[in-house]
Order: sequence, then C-alpha cells, then structure tokens
Amino acid sequence: MADLLEITPNGLYCAAGNFYIDPWRPVSHAVITHAHADHARPGSDRYLCAAPGKHVLRTRMGSQALIDTLKYNEHVTINGVDVSLHPAGHLLGSSQVRVSHRGITWVVTGDYKLQNDTTCDCFESVPCDVFVTESTFGLPVYRWPDPETVAHEINAWWRANAESGRTSVLLAYALGKAQRLASLLDPSIGPIYGHGAVMKLVEAYRASGVRLPPINRIPPHSRKIGGGRGIVIAPPSAAGTTWINRFGETSLAMVSGWMLLRGVRRRRGIPKGFILSDHVDYPDLMQAVHASGAQRVLVTHGFTDIVARLLTERGLKAEVLATRFIGETNPDDGDTDEDAQDLQAPTHESIDTDKKDTEDAQ
Amino acid sequence: MKRFSDLYWKLDSTTSTNQKIEALKEYFVSAPPEDAACGLRVLCGAKQLRAVSTRSLREWAAEFAEIPLWLVEESYAHVGDLAETLALILPDQLTQEPNSTDHSTEPLPLSRCFEATIRGLKGKPDSYKRQVVEETWKRLTPRERIVWHKLLTGGCRVGVSRTLVARALAEMSGLEPAVLAERMMAATIETAEDFQSLISPHPTSADSLRPYPFFLASPISNEPQELGSVMDWQAEWKWDGMRAQVVRRSAGISIWSRGEERMNDAFPEIVEAAEHLPDGTVLDGELLAAHPNNLLPFSMLSRRASRKRAGKKIRTEIPAVFVAYDLLEARGKDIRSEPLSFRRRELLTVVPSAFQRQPALSGGPATLHRNPAASSDIRMFHSPLIDGHSWDDLTLTRQQARRRGVEGLMLKRIASSYAHGRPRGDWWKWKVEPLEIDAVLHYAQAGHGRRAGLHTDYTLGVWDGDQLVTVAKAYSGLSDKELIEIDKIIRSTTIERHGPVRVVRPTLVFQLAFENVSRSTRHKSGIAVRFPRIARWRRDKLPHEAATLSDLKVLLAQATGQQQLSGEQTE
Repeated sequence: MADLLEITPNGLYCAAGNFYIDPWRPVSHAVITHAHADHARPGSDRYLCAAPGKHVLRTRMGSQALIDTLKYNEHVTINGVDVSLHPAGHLLGSSQVRVSHRGITWVVTGDYKLQNDTTCDCFESVPCDVFVTESTFGLPVYRWPDPETVAHEINAWWRANAESGRTSVLLAYALGKAQRLASLLDPSIGPIYGHGAVMKLVEAYRASGVRLPPINRIPPHSRKIGGGRGIVIAPPSAAGTTWINRFGETSLAMVSGWMLLRGVRRRRGIPKGFILSDHVDYPDLMQAVHASGAQRVLVTHGFTDIVARLLTERGLKAEVLATRFIGETNPDDGDTDEDAQDLQAPTHESIDTDKKDTEDAQ
Repeated sequence: MKRFSDLYWKLDSTTSTNQKIEALKEYFVSAPPEDAACGLRVLCGAKQLRAVSTRSLREWAAEFAEIPLWLVEESYAHVGDLAETLALILPDQLTQEPNSTDHSTEPLPLSRCFEATIRGLKGKPDSYKRQVVEETWKRLTPRERIVWHKLLTGGCRVGVSRTLVARALAEMSGLEPAVLAERMMAATIETAEDFQSLISPHPTSADSLRPYPFFLASPISNEPQELGSVMDWQAEWKWDGMRAQVVRRSAGISIWSRGEERMNDAFPEIVEAAEHLPDGTVLDGELLAAHPNNLLPFSMLSRRASRKRAGKKIRTEIPAVFVAYDLLEARGKDIRSEPLSFRRRELLTVVPSAFQRQPALSGGPATLHRNPAASSDIRMFHSPLIDGHSWDDLTLTRQQARRRGVEGLMLKRIASSYAHGRPRGDWWKWKVEPLEIDAVLHYAQAGHGRRAGLHTDYTLGVWDGDQLVTVAKAYSGLSDKELIEIDKIIRSTTIERHGPVRVVRPTLVFQLAFENVSRSTRHKSGIAVRFPRIARWRRDKLPHEAATLSDLKVLLAQATGQQQLSGEQTE
C-alpha cells in the first residue's frame, strides 16, 4: 500500500486527501507548518495554518492569499482524511500536522523545539505511527544551554555595552527568533530597537496578542540611538553592511544554535555568539521521537542520514525523506536572511537532499 | 584547570595584541608559580607528551556518553576539532567543585592536573588511564575539557607567539623583552623555581647553552630597487633547509631548531663538527641534506630530521651539513649588535669555505663543491656571498635558484645588527617565483579549526590519459567566500564517500603554485611538489584543459636537469 504522504515534485503530498504540506511549488491546497520561507511559499490557491499563525503567514503570503485556519487540536476532514494541527513550539503559530487515514496516523513536525518560549505555544507530543522529524541539529554535540541562562548572559552583555556607551546589535532571524529574543531582554537596561524586517513581524505578533516589551523603529539618520544604551535586533544579513555602521561604535553578537561551535564563531568573524535556537537539540530530538511512540521515523532537513542510521540501530524503522526544507541556516552559507532562503542552496548539512536539489535546479 | 582554560578562551576570543598581553599578564600574576611554569611551557609550544591516543579517547568518550563510536566520528567530521567534539558529547560536569571565592586557589590547578592526569599516565595500563580520564571528565566543565583534551593528546596550541608571551612577562617583571626572549630559549621551565628565576631581575646561569632568539626575514614585497643601493646589501642563497643555531660553549654543544628543540641526537655529525669551533661560539645557519657533491631535496632532510636519533644507516643515506651564515657570539662575547659586515668577517675566521668557487658566478651545477683543502668529512661551511654589482645582476642570478635547489636569494643590509623577531627592513627573503600548473580537484576532505565543517582540504590531480593522478594536497590560498562556494560544489559533485573523504566528479580547476618538483615514490604520479598552495580558482577553465602528467615531467626534467648532469641524483 502506498504511503499516506509522499514526496512529489511539488512537495510532500497526501494523495488520499489531495493536499500538500509545506509545498515548494504553488499547489491548490497547502497545509503550512509555519511561515518561514523554506516552508511557506507564495502562489498556492489555498493555505491552511494554525489560527495563531494567521497574521504572521499573511505578512509573508500577501494580502490576496486565501488563508484558512484551524485551532490547535481542532480536527477537519479533507477528502475523507483527518487533519489536525498541534503546537510545534518553533514560532508563533507553528504546527505539527497530524494526518490520519484508515487507521494510520502520520505527524509532520515542520520545525520544532521543546524549550519554553513565551512568544508561542509549547510543543505538544502527538502519538502517531509515522513521525516525520527535522534533524537540523541532530548530532550529539548539539545540546542547548538553558535559555534562561542564555537570556541572563545576553542581558549582562547588553548592560556592559550600555555602560561603556556602545550600541548592542543582536543578529537573529527576523521571524521567530527576533521576537523570542525581545521577550527575553530586560527593558530596564535601555531601549530596544528593531530592523524594519523585524518590526513588520513584531506588529504581526502584537496583532496576534503576543505580549512583547516596547520595541522601537530605528529613527532615520540616527547615530548613537538610545544614547549608546540601546540594543538593535537585526537579521543576520545586516552584518558587515553600511546599515550597521550608522550606529557608531557597536558590539555585535550572533544568536544561533550554530554558535555552539568555536569554528563557526571564528569563521563568521563575529566577536560574540549566543547559543539560542528554535530547533530541537539532539537530546530533545531523541525525546520527541520516543514520545511520539512511532515505529517508523522519516528524517528530513539536517543530519538526515546520521539520525536515520542511529534510530535504525535503536530498533526503529527510520529513513531519510528528501525535502527542500532548510532549518536554521548555517551562518557559513553567507546570506542568512531567512527571506532569502528559498533562493539559496540548502545548508551543507542536508547532504542527502543536496543532490536532488541541485538536479532540480538545473 | 579553570584559570588556564579561562586564559585559553580569552586568547581565543580576541585578535587584539593588547588584550592578549593583558590576559597573559593576568594569568602569570595570579597563577601560582608552578602553574605559571606549566602554563608557560604550553604557551611556548613545548613538545607535548601524547598521554592517551586519540583513538582510545574517542572510544572511551563514546561509551561514557552512551553513543556509538561512528556517531562520535560523524560528529568529529562536522565539528572539525576532536577535543571540542568530545567535550561537547560528554554528559555535563558531574562533580560540582566547591565554589571557591578565593581566586588564588582552584580545586584542580594546572600543574597538579598535568602531573596527575597527563604525565602520570605515562607507561600506565589503559585501564588505569581510562579511569583517570573518566574521573577528570566528571570534574571539568565543557570549556575546560576542550583545553584538557588538547593537553592530553599533546596538541595544545595557543594563538600567541613567543614574542608576545615574552612581552607579557617583560611587562610583568620589568625586564627587557629581549632578555626574557633569551631566557625563554633555555626551554627548561619545569618548576616554580624555574619560573621565578625566569622573571628574576638578577642574571641567571640557568642554561649556559642557551641560543639567541632568531632573526627572521620578511618576504620582499616591492621591487628590490626600492631597497636603495645594491652596495648596502649582501646577497646569499636562500637555502631550502632547516634553520638552526649551533652553540659551542664551555658547558658543551647544542644544536637548536627554530622551534627551540635540541637536535643533537638527530644531527650527531654536526655536533662532532662543532667540537672544532672555538669555545664561546654561536652560529646561525641552515641544516641541509647533501651528498659530497650535491644538495638533496628538502623532503630527504625532513625524513632525516624526523628520526629523533640518527642511526648509522640514515646518516650514510642522508648526510647532513650545516651552512653557517651568521656569527652571534665570538669568543664568548655577544656580538649581535655589531654590524653584519663585522660579524661576517668574524664568521669567516671560524668556519671554512666549502665552495670551490662561488656558484653565483659559475654557470655550473648547483652543488656544494668540497673544498679540496678541507678534510673529507667536513660538515660545516659558511654560506658564500653572491656577487652582484647591480639589482639586475642579482635578478638574473635569482632565476637560477630553482636549478640549484635553493629557494631564491636572501638580502641582508650590511650595516644591520642581529635583531630578534621579525622586524622589517634589514633582512628580506627574495624567493624565486613559484612554478604553476592547472590541476583538477579529485578528492576533498573537511578542514579543521576555523575551517571545520567545510570541505577545504583538497587533493589535486593532473591528467594521465583520461585518468587523474594526484600530485598534491593543498589547503591554502582561497578566500573564505570561495571556500564556502566550493564546498557547495563539492557536496553536489560527490561521486563516492570514503569516510571523511569525498571523491568528486572532475569539475573544479585550480591554479596550483609550488616551489619545486622532485621525484617521489610516495605519490602515484611519481612526482612530489614542494610547498603546494592554490594560487587561484580557474573558473574560466574546463577540467580537460588542466595540465597533464607529461607537463609536470617536463618541469621535473628542468628542475633536476642540472643534478642529473652531475650524475649524482641518487646513489
């Protein structure tokens, strides 16, 4: 019998229900796990996402897009297939897609994390037969420090910069990471500013009812904003541009899971790195797989072949599923603005998807 | 371990010289002297003991972390640094050390850690080593573990030069950096007392065989004409050997490498030759491998030097000579501040000439002609000067360098004193232009350290018919941006994977630069290139436009033609 979900040239497809999950080409019916550019692409006729993610998806898909929503845990039947969305903890409105048909249940995680994040609903484990998981950080070297400790470090760094009159600049994804970061900052230290790309999404978050500290737009022609006590949240692509120079003397830090490795920090040439990711680390990945109760696991974007091999050795039926998802862009890939992700080749971790992608692109 | 590991990470996180000096000073002031001595040894890159093989270490770490060994290997391939990989996969610190507020004491000071967990393992059975390693893992934080792993496997290198360390110690002790640099050359700083006498204001007799800090030349960046009148300069061949100082004092003889290793046992014939030097002599020069009538390629010398103790067989097969080009101490007196012209005159009174005639003037073979007057086993010569009445003369002479088996010319200002470190302006190396061919990327492997996770270690090949034969491994010469771009191409053109090595479809062409070619039995092509590096990425070339093995053979014939003429290639 054919699988409930399968990879087609348009993306991950449910033939029984005639819909796609995070398709990479325009289709008639797209179920979206979250609004990052490698998962949500414009041009499809209809989108379905979790209700809390509607505003965010709207900013990405444009005002004309038809977006239907489901509450978390609410079920809908699409052509006889049972579909529901469950929190993935990745960013506001991010979902795991549960698809159930003829007694077989699949869960597609999209991107997810198990850590606490006040800007979105926390990951909920959903029992299933087949678990489709990301593996961006699926190596045992990746174990995240406690986010509270990291928040404490970031605030201490900001405070020290503020005291010496240097503007702090945090480089982080405009969608998700930036808002999560803002929620972790201590506004008593100084004013918080957001790059234009960040602000657009801050507004979408606010419109969705997420509480964030005051975040200011960057005033034009400004130097020494906030009297040197300010902190700016900007997308990673802003690094090394003249846009940064306007703040005069700055301290720059990158916020990413990749910052765990010394080699990446050094190569990137960014003086400071904070380890904070919206993806599962290795122990959480193992835990999520275990909690799903699935006997079959399909591993997508990341260290796919390694995680699949490990799970196979641990007695599960595990395979690599070649998708076009990217996960958290490794800063080595140059342009880390996630808006640009769909234009670039996948990260070099996704070894098994590389070939396919390159062939497709040619 | 904490204090030293903090220092390590501070040095790692900054590129500012001042911040590095501050961090070093802070360390040396706060560390107990026995720790400071131990830390200093590591900072100076003293030869380290490999207490535990990296093989065992990964196996033990895999079991300790309860993951399969292959997963450790995959992680290592991604991280690119074994010490870091293992530190990260291990469970968090298990034993919380009592949090001491007094910074002068720490639970596991470097010197004690070193004695107990590194030196103490020597000769012990693996079961004991493993027990010590596991206990230490439990006590260290991941950051400390990284540094400790590097110490344990004998590969702890810190990004500071000796000069910088000497400066920090000088600022701390109030002594001249040069004095410290000299004292540090003594290379035996083992105990607290050693460290204290190193920074002591009083002259010490710590090591009477101490060499002087080496004067290093800079590559010439402009046209030599810009150096002014050729009459102010002395030119010599730039020998392709190993820099060394020969110290002959009443206390004995010592041969020092630039890495301040004592090489007496590796080059016993030079020690013997040095016995004929007058007491109180220090020579600066080059160790070379040479048969009586011709120089041997650097690879032979390298093979020779790799033997800690040179036996009779290798001494006959690869005899060594020492070519002296400077005299630093004469009759027990430090003459480094005298001008080169003076030192050169003195040098000639101490070391004989080995050259029948000056090669620069002869069109003859690039060979060392034994001085017929000298005894047959003479092992020490002075480096001849090259006559050049104009820069044009010297430019012409330089073009013969490769055929003579030397790297080019050295230009030294006649009035210069023997400085220490690499001050620019008085000593220039004027290397011959490199040879170049276009080669095709054949295999690639992930790099290490800063290049971890990117495929940056390339094995390049040339065409032999429709087959690629590998000729060189090259690591350097491309920008970070290019490396990232090439990494992606490598990943998408991989045909096979053998562990960390990827075999790629031939698509990438690089201009490979190298200093010379010689015959080799180790490479499939039968040819080895010296100091290969990538000159640039030839995006404009198709793989089949790259060089062939016969192109390389032509270069080989040109390079060795002279030696073949003299019939002395290999006996």
